[in-house]
Amino acid sequence: MLEVIDLWKFYEGSPLLCGLSFHVAQGETVCLLGPSGSGKSTLLRIIAGLETPERGQVCWEGRDLAGVPAHQRGFGLVFQDYALFPHLTVEQNVAFGLKMQSRPASEVADRVSKVLAQVNLSDMGGRTVTDLSGGEQQRVALARALAPEPRLLMFDEPLGALDRNLREHLMVELRSILRASRVPAVYVTHDQEEAFTLADRVLLLHEGQIIRSGAPPEVWGDPGSAWAARFLGVGNVVEGVMRGDGRVATSIGVFAVKCSSPHRVGEPVTLLLRPAGAWPLPLKGGAAPEGCVSGTVTDVVFHLERFKVSLSNGLFFYLADPPRVGEEIRLELPPSAIACLP
Amino acid sequence: MDSDSPSLINPALVRRQRAGAWRRVLPWLAPGLFLGLFFFYPLGSILWLGLHSALLGGIVASVFLPTVQVFLFTVYQALLSTLLTLALGLPSAFLFARYAFRGKSFLRLLTAIPFMLPTVVVAAGFNALLGGRGWINLGAMNLFHLTTPPITFVGTLGAILLAHVFYNTTIVIRLVGNALSHLDPRLEQAARTLGADSRRVFWNVTLPLLRVPILAASLLVFLFDFTSFGVILLLGGPHFSTLEVAIYEQATQLLNLPLAALLSFVQLCCTLVFSILYSRLVTRRGVSSTPRPADTKGRPARTWRERFFVGGIVVLLFLMFVLPLVSLPLRSVTRLEADRGQHTAVQYGLTGAYYLDLFQNPSETIFYVPPFAAIGNSLLYATVTVVLSLLLGFPAASALARPTRLERVLDPFFLLPLGASAVTLGLGFIITFNRPPLLLVTSPVLVPLAHTLVALPFVIRILQPALASIPDRLRQAAASLGAPAFRVWLTVDWPIVRRATLSAAVFAFTISLGEFGASSLVVRPEYPTLPIAIARFLSQPGASNYGQAMAMATILMAVCAAGIVLIERLRLPGAGEF
Repeated sequence: MLEVIDLWKFYEGSPLLCGLSFHVAQGETVCLLGPSGSGKSTLLRIIAGLETPERGQVCWEGRDLAGVPAHQRGFGLVFQDYALFPHLTVEQNVAFGLKMQSRPASEVADRVSKVLAQVNLSDMGGRTVTDLSGGEQQRVALARALAPEPRLLMFDEPLGALDRNLREHLMVELRSILRASRVPAVYVTHDQEEAFTLADRVLLLHEGQIIRSGAPPEVWGDPGSAWAARFLGVGNVVEGVMRGDGRVATSIGVFAVKCSSPHRVGEPVTLLLRPAGAWPLPLKGGAAPEGCVSGTVTDVVFHLERFKVSLSNGLFFYLADPPRVGEEIRLELPPSAIACLP
Repeated sequence: MDSDSPSLINPALVRRQRAGAWRRVLPWLAPGLFLGLFFFYPLGSILWLGLHSALLGGIVASVFLPTVQVFLFTVYQALLSTLLTLALGLPSAFLFARYAFRGKSFLRLLTAIPFMLPTVVVAAGFNALLGGRGWINLGAMNLFHLTTPPITFVGTLGAILLAHVFYNTTIVIRLVGNALSHLDPRLEQAARTLGADSRRVFWNVTLPLLRVPILAASLLVFLFDFTSFGVILLLGGPHFSTLEVAIYEQATQLLNLPLAALLSFVQLCCTLVFSILYSRLVTRRGVSSTPRPADTKGRPARTWRERFFVGGIVVLLFLMFVLPLVSLPLRSVTRLEADRGQHTAVQYGLTGAYYLDLFQNPSETIFYVPPFAAIGNSLLYATVTVVLSLLLGFPAASALARPTRLERVLDPFFLLPLGASAVTLGLGFIITFNRPPLLLVTSPVLVPLAHTLVALPFVIRILQPALASIPDRLRQAAASLGAPAFRVWLTVDWPIVRRATLSAAVFAFTISLGEFGASSLVVRPEYPTLPIAIARFLSQPGASNYGQAMAMATILMAVCAAGIVLIERLRLPGAGEF
């Protein structure tokens, strides 16, 4: 359906998007995940036709949209802080796109009430939008984008301004609305929880390019780069050197690891140590044995049925039983928790 | 007596509270007395005289009909002027808010200058451009060998409307343009993604969101056009009579003070209604949206249509605002025609004669006052006005800067002179102070008093925010370090309010220099001010009189322009617009 090909955009002289490409299939929800300032909003505005790229194409069903102005694209966009029309009521906001399509009044009224019911705002139609709470405004923004039955829906960090409970609630609601409507959607966020909840496919955006894409479990299971592992918080990223015996020596220990690509001896290797599944070993003198890490506990945080334990060397692990702060501990890592990053 | 409220009967505290109350009232004493004697008392006299003559004398048909006619014409010309001002101002507001182009800040300053220029200068400027002896007419006569000026400008409704548009376009540009640059651009973008083309975005989103600022600007422009005096008297000529002009004519030429008072009463009621409407509109603020920093940069025009729009408006504004302002000083140093009596060769070329003439008394009559004397009078009056309005404005502004209930009640009273037209102020003076013990009509002292009345609200409004911006903690800190009250004022208040004080002084000075409405009623013929002298010379025949009027108007314009630039420089960042 939507295809973005080799998109380039510069912002005040420096590149923001550098040859970015991806596609969205019918009924698919794609989440673009990246840190603030990585050009996510700009990308949506280019797709919407509100900005023009320096190079590259935005295609819909194989047709280049370059000359098509925003109002003829039929793409709905939900803005970051909603951008509701303050001079119109809830109903009038939702009806706006339908009126622009010059649909008959009865049809407009039907569609508005249907969409308002879909977002649980049936009895709010006559309210002014400035009186609404943040969550309600968010629903109106969604209803307004949904009402004209767009070919594509885009979301620009739509839940960013809401508190946690409301956000989780709306995330689930949004997910079911998107699944039910079968409209392809592009959702932009810096929050991985949002991305993993909503996405059929997650695209990781870094330095103007997509560095990893896949279903949420795939991306989490194999972030594909040290930057991605750090950004997602998948685990501890440690630099080391390949030894002659096929093991990797790091500043915190020696680990046996299977790499997808073979490494030469003396070559630097980046390891990912996942925080879950480690078990404590009794402390015995001497250096830590292979596959083990040790350190002084600096912090213990209760983290939903387990404890996040931080060590003085910067590593963190999840343990079932909390050690004391200041205690020296040694942990053995299962082979599955150790991976090699390209 | 309750045991836990001994403070109620503590005599020391009672004394202190009494002293506190006195201290609260003290700053109001001088400005209050001044306003009471020179504003409310004359205003009361007008109301009494107006109502008295209307009720006792009965509204005679011979009076009633002309009054209605005058009223209707006043509304008619104000409506027309407002519509024309919007027609130029709205596209200009869009131009300044949305587009970036070369010379933008210069053009913005240029459109703001007329608003503070004296009416006589504006009248003289348009006269120099389009009048019978103006550039265009004389140029056309020379070019096509005509014997009479091809364009009749002075004495037409068109002249009035053009001058009003010239004056008030900046109000629309500032109020609407300001609102536009604060508008969230994503609202328009949201409309576009919902399928609205640029025309529908404008009609369905942009325009409705600007409804309140456009209405506010229209009301303000209408109010200024409704009370306009100098423009109509000097450019409209004898055929056109608005309420203001009628008051002036009845009071000074027909000496019918009761009718003048009645007209003033009508005028006051109208301005009161408009002012209330305006302040309601402004305080309601319409749709509230999250405040966002103004985007004043704009972007360059991209499509041909945009370029055409930007280019067209820029050229229009340039012609509209540069030509009258430039033709005036040029005309004052150019001889374009034969002087009276010289029927032979026509002299052209640059001349300084008009300026030299200002110092001469050609007819050697006693009653003739040479123009340079008028300049001297004006400077003297302006100086007195500055001193008076600062002396009265400072205590009032200090009290208003820290408002308690008393101040909130008193605040609007100090703005009231703004609502009353200058001609009404003048009329109040001549019907109030015309008998002992306040027989002031025959002395020139009424002029600076009237000017102070006009300037005082502005002075207070400039000083008040500056004074309010000083945190009390600073004063307390200075006092706790051992500074006596005057030292506190000198070390804390003065450095902060110095700029505002200078700005207020310049404002009062330029207002006094250019004031025409009240002056035309209270100025003694033997002590004319500069604007009065200009108006007098403009209305007299002869190339020399015309040239001297141009020369005086140029001097006045130069001084006022310097004042405007100075005030712009001194303007505190973030100060309000109107």
